[in-house]
Amino acid sequence: MRRERPQTFADYTPLFFPGLMLVVFFVVPFSTMIAVSFFKRDPTGFYTRDFVFDNYARFLSSFFGGVLGFSLLLAIGVAICCVVIAFPFTYLLTQRPRRIQTLWLVGLLSVLSLSEVIIGFAWSTLLSRTAGITNLFVWLGLMEAPVALLPSVWAVLTGMVYHALPYTILVLYPALVRLDPTLLEAARTLGASPVRAFLNVVTPALRNTLVATLIMVFVFALGSYLLPQILGRPQHWTLSVLITDQAIYQSNMPFAAAMAVFLVLISLALVGLTLLIGRRENAG
Amino acid sequence: MSAFLRRLYFTAVALFLAAPIVVVAGVSVNEKQDLSFPPKGFSLSWYGQIFLDPGWRQALFASVVLAITAAALAVAIALPLAWFLWRRIAPWANVFQILGLAPFILPPVITALGLLTFWATAGFYGQPWTAVISHAIFFVTLPLVTLSLGFASIDRALVEAASTMGADDRTVLKTVVLPLILPYLVSGYAFAFVLSLNEYIVAYMTIGFTMETLPIKIFNALRYGYTPTMASVSIFFVAIAALVFGLIARFGDIRRLLGALSSDGK
Repeated sequence: MRRERPQTFADYTPLFFPGLMLVVFFVVPFSTMIAVSFFKRDPTGFYTRDFVFDNYARFLSSFFGGVLGFSLLLAIGVAICCVVIAFPFTYLLTQRPRRIQTLWLVGLLSVLSLSEVIIGFAWSTLLSRTAGITNLFVWLGLMEAPVALLPSVWAVLTGMVYHALPYTILVLYPALVRLDPTLLEAARTLGASPVRAFLNVVTPALRNTLVATLIMVFVFALGSYLLPQILGRPQHWTLSVLITDQAIYQSNMPFAAAMAVFLVLISLALVGLTLLIGRRENAG
Repeated sequence: MSAFLRRLYFTAVALFLAAPIVVVAGVSVNEKQDLSFPPKGFSLSWYGQIFLDPGWRQALFASVVLAITAAALAVAIALPLAWFLWRRIAPWANVFQILGLAPFILPPVITALGLLTFWATAGFYGQPWTAVISHAIFFVTLPLVTLSLGFASIDRALVEAASTMGADDRTVLKTVVLPLILPYLVSGYAFAFVLSLNEYIVAYMTIGFTMETLPIKIFNALRYGYTPTMASVSIFFVAIAALVFGLIARFGDIRRLLGALSSDGK
């Protein structure tokens, strides 16, 4: 059937239900949140209606600046680690037989779908003194006595890389699996070793994909809210944790909302940048 | 040499991904209420606890009911939208597609907080059904993406043939289109189901103070008292995810779903 422009009003009926649901339960809540970010805090309830910039003014404090700086640095660190590990891995994976690819994809999806709670719990066990990896090192004779490796910023970073790695691989997978195989053949025919072909042909060809993936993983890592709580100290809390904390435990909805709006702006700017990069790649 | 290096690399990634799960699996078979690894003794009683202990059983029940209904609602939202976008030329309708993708791309805490303010303002805060709608909106992206892929894969000539033979829109939809996209519909449902089962922040912010889903219960146990049941539940969830995605791979084409252009290949 050809695609047609909707002729009559009835042609629009399929849109009613999805449109209604998305507007009422996504657009309205989102707008409510923006509105609340200008409201005043009411310690006994949620908030009182008002129009103040106090919640945004609190961004200017050094405490907030510290949290923001740490969140961004952490997310950058996670993004770089993930892409560095995932890019060669995904490339090699797409060269494997189909059955092996499928097996890996099932495993990666299973890890990706795991709750942050479960990942946090698993790593807190793995890095603990009683049940952790250091017991293995002691058994191997590498260490004297088992130690606890958490809470620490490295534990947070490891947990977040674990969480984001399957995501990174799955974001890279389509670009790499569709890569024109003649590119590689040409490189190999001209005498490049596999490593050289990968570094000098595959990597430059996918430069924009790599940048876009870095940004996607960065935004993904910005969203991590439980791992810094479970694996880190309070000074390792990120913006996402702080938002949850303000909303639930400090009952300061307006401030939480203001921080959320700020986080949206950062994420949207970056996602917009990704789309722009993607468009240029398609055009060029 | 390079084959050896590749194998080493794959093994390292596999070890990294499997290590925490192996440790948790080890912890889950401890004989006593003790989170030690390697486990002391062997017992599967902590797996029994998931179903026997009223607290864990209720949390499991709440999670499964939430995931089944939320995934169904997500598909119900995504299917007509994806169909309309495929069937009609209406550029402005793409706004709804962007709305459907947004909750998944933005940091989850934002959707969660938006829904929290919304339900609190509307006066329904804490009602179990609010979590169903919240999860459906949060995960609508997954069926929307799989279904859009499904529609894109339909050969339009097939549909054209049906309508030339006199089938009206409804008949074409029922006899040609739906059977063709059924695998994509099922995988979209399955993705939403598994992720809803594991979701914490949206559930916590909408019904966290009145009900416990399994991830909420695990987190509370993490704070207020460890028990090996946390480990057994975690392994149970890993097994469910692996089973569901394994089934998708067995009966569908998971490579295609994840973006490989064609299913033939190596």
